[in-house]
Amino acid sequence: MHTGHIISGAGHAALFVWALLGSFSLPEEPNVEVTDVALVSPEEYAALTPAEVPPGATTDVDELPQPAPAEDAPAPTSAPDAAPAQAQPEAAEAPQTEPVPEKPDLTTPQAEVADSTAEITPPSEDVAVVMPETPSDAPRAIPRVAPRPVLRPSPDAAVDETPQAPTTPSESAEEVQPAQEEKAPEEATTKIVTEADDQGDGPPKVSKRPPPSRPVRTAVAEREAAPKPEPAPEPAEAPAERPAQKDAINDALARALGGSNAPATPTDTPSGPSGPPMTSGEKDALRVAVSACWNTGSLSTDALRTTVVVSVAMSQDGKPKPDTIRMLSSSGGSGDAARQAFEAARRAIIRCGVNGFGLPVDKYEHWSEIEMTFNPENMRIK
Amino acid sequence: MTRHLTKLLSMIAATLAISLSPANAQDGPLRIEITEGVIEPLPFAVPGFVPENGTSAEMAAQITRVVSEDLTGTGLFREIPASAHIARITSFASPVQYADWKAINAQALITGAVAVEGNRVNVKFRLYDVFSGQEMGDGLQFSGTTAGWRRMAHKVADAVYSRLTGEGPYFDSRVVYVSETGPKDDRRKRLAIMDYDGANVQFLTDSSSIVLAPRFSPTGDRVLYTSYESGFPRIYVLDVASVGRRILSTPEGTMSFAPRFAPNGQRVVYSLEQGGNTDIYSLDIASGQSMRLTSSPSIETAPSFSPDGSRIVFESDRSGTQQLYVMPANGGEPTRISFGQGRYGTPVWSPRGDLVAFTKQSKGRFHIGVMRLDGSEERLLTASFLDEGPTWAPNGRVIMFTRETQGAQGAASLYSVDISGRNLKRVNTDGAGSDPSWSPLQQ
Repeated sequence: MHTGHIISGAGHAALFVWALLGSFSLPEEPNVEVTDVALVSPEEYAALTPAEVPPGATTDVDELPQPAPAEDAPAPTSAPDAAPAQAQPEAAEAPQTEPVPEKPDLTTPQAEVADSTAEITPPSEDVAVVMPETPSDAPRAIPRVAPRPVLRPSPDAAVDETPQAPTTPSESAEEVQPAQEEKAPEEATTKIVTEADDQGDGPPKVSKRPPPSRPVRTAVAEREAAPKPEPAPEPAEAPAERPAQKDAINDALARALGGSNAPATPTDTPSGPSGPPMTSGEKDALRVAVSACWNTGSLSTDALRTTVVVSVAMSQDGKPKPDTIRMLSSSGGSGDAARQAFEAARRAIIRCGVNGFGLPVDKYEHWSEIEMTFNPENMRIK
Repeated sequence: MTRHLTKLLSMIAATLAISLSPANAQDGPLRIEITEGVIEPLPFAVPGFVPENGTSAEMAAQITRVVSEDLTGTGLFREIPASAHIARITSFASPVQYADWKAINAQALITGAVAVEGNRVNVKFRLYDVFSGQEMGDGLQFSGTTAGWRRMAHKVADAVYSRLTGEGPYFDSRVVYVSETGPKDDRRKRLAIMDYDGANVQFLTDSSSIVLAPRFSPTGDRVLYTSYESGFPRIYVLDVASVGRRILSTPEGTMSFAPRFAPNGQRVVYSLEQGGNTDIYSLDIASGQSMRLTSSPSIETAPSFSPDGSRIVFESDRSGTQQLYVMPANGGEPTRISFGQGRYGTPVWSPRGDLVAFTKQSKGRFHIGVMRLDGSEERLLTASFLDEGPTWAPNGRVIMFTRETQGAQGAASLYSVDISGRNLKRVNTDGAGSDPSWSPLQQ
């Protein structure tokens, strides 16, 4: 027991003594290092730092190749020769800068295709860096994509030659005419004509903004549609639903106002002032149609200040009766000016009504007599 | 489904309520208002006038050509070429096949016939509104000497123009102007007179002295102009028929210029420079008595009478810049009418009395413009290096003026423009010309 205590006490004492002696000896070494750092001057540090920064500079890179020729001992004499040798290829690069004048060449094609690219390039920014041609293809996808996928030329033609020659008579050869489907690609014109060059049909002569709400039931369309079961409007499928709803409402109104449950037919002769009223769209269509032929370019300045009210009787096919056109009133100008304004209005009614105004037949009672006010307020010389 | 039906019924009820209201119920005929149209030349057809005898063919073709050029030259009409005609007019009395002319969209049709007998020529014509299938007015005929065949062609075109547009005629009129020859630093000027379209040029003076600013009398038989013949600018009056002239009585040693007739042809207003000051005076031609109309230390010049002779528009720099003013014909307090930026000058009252044409200099460019008498609705019709000196056509629809090009080789030319600003074109003259004055319609 005592022996254990003695050993333990001696061990602890030895550890304590070692700790004391060791802690005194360690702090002396860091003091030496601190004094070394303090001796470095800022000038020396500044002199040292540039040597560290240049590694990024290219001048050192130029010096590096020199050791390489230094390996070739005769380099000192051939050094001037090497310089002109390098200058020539640089001169060869200079012509490469000549393509810079190609910039005007780039601008001119932009001018030609400016309309199409300006409209459609925005969506494809990535392509503009890689291929300038692709954006021109991208816009083309809108109007020039074939309405239907073009069938590839059927390899059957090659196959038919072997089996059909011995088996089928000439009639079967006519049946091979499905190969005519190859003509379909004519609709899907290739990239020959650009949109900028394609004049097309030109701007619309008449605004199509207010389309007739019931194209099937117009007077002109009715006559044409008589032999045919249905014109079957193909392109507008989804938007056709809204006019259909409108027609349903108009028909309901017609039945409600007319007191009849039977749907109105083009051959019905409405009795009295009953029937659905003219919609604003139908009136707008008539207004636009007459406006397209109302030419005020040759009117006098006095006539351009004259508003005339003209009445015209209409036939059921939507055509005006020229003999019934008369001036009801005028305002703003002299008698001669009113006469000029009336004649211009009469020309407009007759010219644009020669094929009918496309008015709804079931509303004939509402447009059998029309009063048109021609107001040149917006057409005056200003 | 039920929801759609409910929606539909509610829409029907709402529409019924609206349509049955008194404000929307259609009482009487359908009424619409047309406020927008198109502005384009009216297409017309003028098949060759029918020669009524063997000697008339060439003149018939010439008259037809002048009629067509007169109408198309206005910019208001477009001729459908003869190659597009379907119907042929072989007789002046034959009925018109309207369908054939409708098919080529001819909205007006002019037919005519020419008969030449000796030195006399007779021209008659008819005008048709093709789409209404009616003749526009009665047919007319003119007769005269063969030397005056162009005037008869102009008469026909005038009648057609007036019937179609409602404007007054102006083709049968003349223009007096200053014909210029030689280099810019040694320009020789003399008075010349021509048809409105540049044909039949005749010289009224020689080029021995500088002449400026000729002005027709209201009847077109006399011309006022300014000449440096005496060393100072003096005003002369010239008889067009005899080419005789006399000097107006103005004080000796003074400079008188910018004359213009009063509408009655008995008075002349002009500018007189005396003692370094320029004012406007009025001169009675018969008595030779002058009356001072303005009295201001500023420069007043370029007077022009209103059509009724009650007022005078002129230019003055009394406000510090050159502007337009209106004053009573016998003088009095002037009223300024131009207030835009720039300088205004050479005002001319429209024959219709509703507008004043002027020259405007603004931002280094010259303009010909028009404005109302209160200064409103100012419109600049042209713009160039140098436009100046407007003159009105007899109908007040067209303006002719001088345009001079830039540089040492620049020359003055006569131009005309519609008061709408359209149809700006050069008048065909032999050589350079300036200072035009449009005559009234010839009698």
